[in-house]
Amino acid sequence: MFEGIGLISLAIWVPIVAGLLILATGGDKNADGQRTLALVGAVLGFLVTVPLWTGFDKTTSAMQFTELAEWVPLFNIHYRLGVDGISMPFILLNSFTTILVVLAGWEVIKDKVAQYMAAFLIQSGLINGVFGALDGVLFYVFFEAMLIPLYLIIGIWGGPNRVYAAIKFFLYTLLGSLLMLVALLYLFFQSGGSFEILAWHKVPLAMTAQILLFVAFFFAFAVKVPMWPVHTWLPDAHVEAPTGGSVVLAAITLKVGAYGFLRFILPIVPDAAHELTWLVVTLSLIAVVYIGLVALVQSDMKKLIAYSSIAHMGFVTLGFFLFNPLGIEGGLIQMISHGFISAAMFLCVGVMYDRVHSRQIADYGGVANTMPRFAAFFMLFAMANAGLPATSGFVGEFMVILGAVQVNFWWAFLAATTLIFGAAYTLWMYKRVVFGPIANQHVAELGDINSREFLVLGLLALCVLGMGLYPLPFTEVMHASVNNLLEHVAHSKLAY
Amino acid sequence: MNFTPPDLLPALPEIFVLGMACLILLLDVLVKSRPLGYLLTLLTLLGAALITVFTSVPQVQTTFGGQFVDDAMSDVLKLMSYLAAMTAVVYSRNYLAERGLFRGEYFVLSLFAVLGMMVMISANHFLVLYVGLELLSLSLYAMVALRRDSRQATEAAMKYFVLGALASGLLLYGMSMLYGLTGTLSLPEMAATLNAGVSDKVILAFGVVFVVAGLGFKLGVAPFHMWVPDIYQGAPSAVTLFISTAPKLAAFAFAMRLLVDGLHPAVGDWQGMLAIMAVLSLAVGNLAAIMQTNIKRMLAYSTISHMGFLLLGILSGTFAGYSAAMFYAIAYVLMSLGSFGLVVYLSQSGLEAEHLDDFKGLNSRHPWLAALMAILMFSMAGIPPFVGFYAKLSVLQALVGAGFLWLAVVAVLFSLIGAFYYLRVVKILYFDAPKADAPALTPASDIQALLSANGVAVLVLGILPQPLITLCVYAMQMTLQ
Repeated sequence: MFEGIGLISLAIWVPIVAGLLILATGGDKNADGQRTLALVGAVLGFLVTVPLWTGFDKTTSAMQFTELAEWVPLFNIHYRLGVDGISMPFILLNSFTTILVVLAGWEVIKDKVAQYMAAFLIQSGLINGVFGALDGVLFYVFFEAMLIPLYLIIGIWGGPNRVYAAIKFFLYTLLGSLLMLVALLYLFFQSGGSFEILAWHKVPLAMTAQILLFVAFFFAFAVKVPMWPVHTWLPDAHVEAPTGGSVVLAAITLKVGAYGFLRFILPIVPDAAHELTWLVVTLSLIAVVYIGLVALVQSDMKKLIAYSSIAHMGFVTLGFFLFNPLGIEGGLIQMISHGFISAAMFLCVGVMYDRVHSRQIADYGGVANTMPRFAAFFMLFAMANAGLPATSGFVGEFMVILGAVQVNFWWAFLAATTLIFGAAYTLWMYKRVVFGPIANQHVAELGDINSREFLVLGLLALCVLGMGLYPLPFTEVMHASVNNLLEHVAHSKLAY
Repeated sequence: MNFTPPDLLPALPEIFVLGMACLILLLDVLVKSRPLGYLLTLLTLLGAALITVFTSVPQVQTTFGGQFVDDAMSDVLKLMSYLAAMTAVVYSRNYLAERGLFRGEYFVLSLFAVLGMMVMISANHFLVLYVGLELLSLSLYAMVALRRDSRQATEAAMKYFVLGALASGLLLYGMSMLYGLTGTLSLPEMAATLNAGVSDKVILAFGVVFVVAGLGFKLGVAPFHMWVPDIYQGAPSAVTLFISTAPKLAAFAFAMRLLVDGLHPAVGDWQGMLAIMAVLSLAVGNLAAIMQTNIKRMLAYSTISHMGFLLLGILSGTFAGYSAAMFYAIAYVLMSLGSFGLVVYLSQSGLEAEHLDDFKGLNSRHPWLAALMAILMFSMAGIPPFVGFYAKLSVLQALVGAGFLWLAVVAVLFSLIGAFYYLRVVKILYFDAPKADAPALTPASDIQALLSANGVAVLVLGILPQPLITLCVYAMQMTLQ
């Protein structure tokens, strides 16, 4: 029924057009109208992605909902879109998160409301483009363009050190992607003049070329994920960004990096990927163990969650480089689940920050006494972050650990320490913030969450629990694509 | 001996512009009406555009005994030059009027400068090339000095003149060597002679070195870039706007005529030099721009790096590289017009919006202008979806295609450094609070509309670059067939 309209195009352009419309409404005088318009745009943007899920054919690994149009014929660049089981869930996750972000910024943002909302909507459309693009240049355009709104979001509405954080964020990610641009051009000539990503999957490449391409792509995506040791931009960006910015950053943009591993690195340079597995696994395990310890000593809640994000993403990259279905599906599930949980955690910190204007753990204590409903939600999300069974956080980690056991016991052992460290830093923070006697006047004056906040956190709670109790729909969608990918990766591409 | 008059049709636009420039000069003396000169200048450029379009033929035409050539490349570059000059004149109107420079001299000099560019673009002979270059340069020297009572401007003009003369000297010296070697000054004949093989490779190398050095001066690439920042900063902003735009197209044509039409057989000699100059320009331009607090100076260094990128396209020595460089030149002119146009536009009520601080919090004062400036800065940094990205992409593609992978890597690494100072401008526009004493902007609707069109064009051509790329490829195809 929806064939031909271009569902992915709608997913990309509906939010962008909505964002531009909001920009056209002018200054802060009609802020309420702008907020409503933003919500309408975000909801519409989500609704157009729903058929991607309902109409998805789980039995095939081929690209679905494909669209193809000429874009720059002289360079053989196409507007080529399509999703498979790996990319489709993220388009939905992204569009869903956009609604939450619009709601989360509802009354909190009072300055330049139109620009704030528009930035998020445009960003949402661009990120959908990243996940939907099947042409190298198209991918690159979205991949880079999405930096612009986030740069502005951090820089305009961020905290005191926002300028440093925004520029660091931008330059770090640009460093990676510029090398990737050269890699894309190299592949263009290697494949006989094509920018089609799927065609690149079939190009035979010598080992040296594969290693070089691996390095270029790895830089681009490792910075985005971010993997240790190129992660240092993330804590800064998270701490300085407004709540909405942190949510999008953690829930979505990190996933773009991990997605790049599956779309580019594994299928295009499989031999180099096998060859360099040790590197990726080492970095991932360092992220899991070392960054987990770093998270333990943070005094700033946002920083703590940022470090926990890096540790969780370490799980994702570890899973991908196990080269078995459990590992990759586990990594993907972990990505989606982390999208819900990290969004929820940042929103929880945002709820407290809006009231007290502090992110320091030391400034809180006994929040449960004044905000019981909030404390209950926060408890759920903290447990999920620690990987409690029956929450979504457990499923992905468990699958990755199982996958790792099949390959190497010690990898699995080190990865499993996250269940301890994760619980330690999350629950310790929770205890210090929420339990105990009321710490100070600010906490005593706290009012519990209002209905808007209740709606946002409630929706996320449903997702976290739903996915934790019944992850089958998610794995089902990915199954065919993941198997196909693994089969592809198992074959050497070395050209003799 | 019978005399056949040259076919004047291919040179009709030049003749028209020359006639009109003289007419405006006369009228300026007789009728003391500034708006008349302004309108006539715009009409002249418009008329020249129409003539260029209607006399355009797909074939390559030569006239004046083969000294003057009219081909698709020259037509496209001329049209872009008219467009750039017209836009520059419109942007400058209020700025010049406020400072008492809105006089006949400005119009006449800009028309003569345009004429010089046209001659350069169509030159098929070393001497014609030189005449065009001098006509352009002399007009620009005078334009820089237009503000007589400004010490800074006078100093800049002096510096420009001395260094320009030095560059011309180098160029002439190189030409004379090449003449001595090949016995001709005609570009195609020189190419033919060189193809046939020359006895003295040393003289050829020396000639090429001097000619390329002269070219480097005129393009403003390192290590011949020293004049660029001083002149850009010292000249009145409106003149900087003019210098930084249309003449770059002529400089590109200059490089193409000289290196590709004339010295292509010596490609091995100039390719290496160009590579060194390009890498140096990218390094010097991008690194020095970081230190600047004056936006004109910052943009001057950014121009140096952009010209370095342009050289990368030419040095690839392939058809794709030439058209990529042409695309880059046009895209650069578009971006430079917009950004200097905004600098000029914001220089109101006695304020010279030269310092980066003058742009603080523009988003709060005027969100639309801030958005335009941000678009231009992101485009210059080569971030998609703006035209600057495709310009960079096409040059990089040509480089990788020609096997210069390492140059492509160097180029993108320096782009990363370059991104920093463009981002800093965006930071100043958006993240900083406006200065308390920032004057209110008096809107000029036509200028603002043109600025908007300029900024939107940078975005639209970034999303749909095909027409402009096709145009460049077509022009190159018809020219180098």
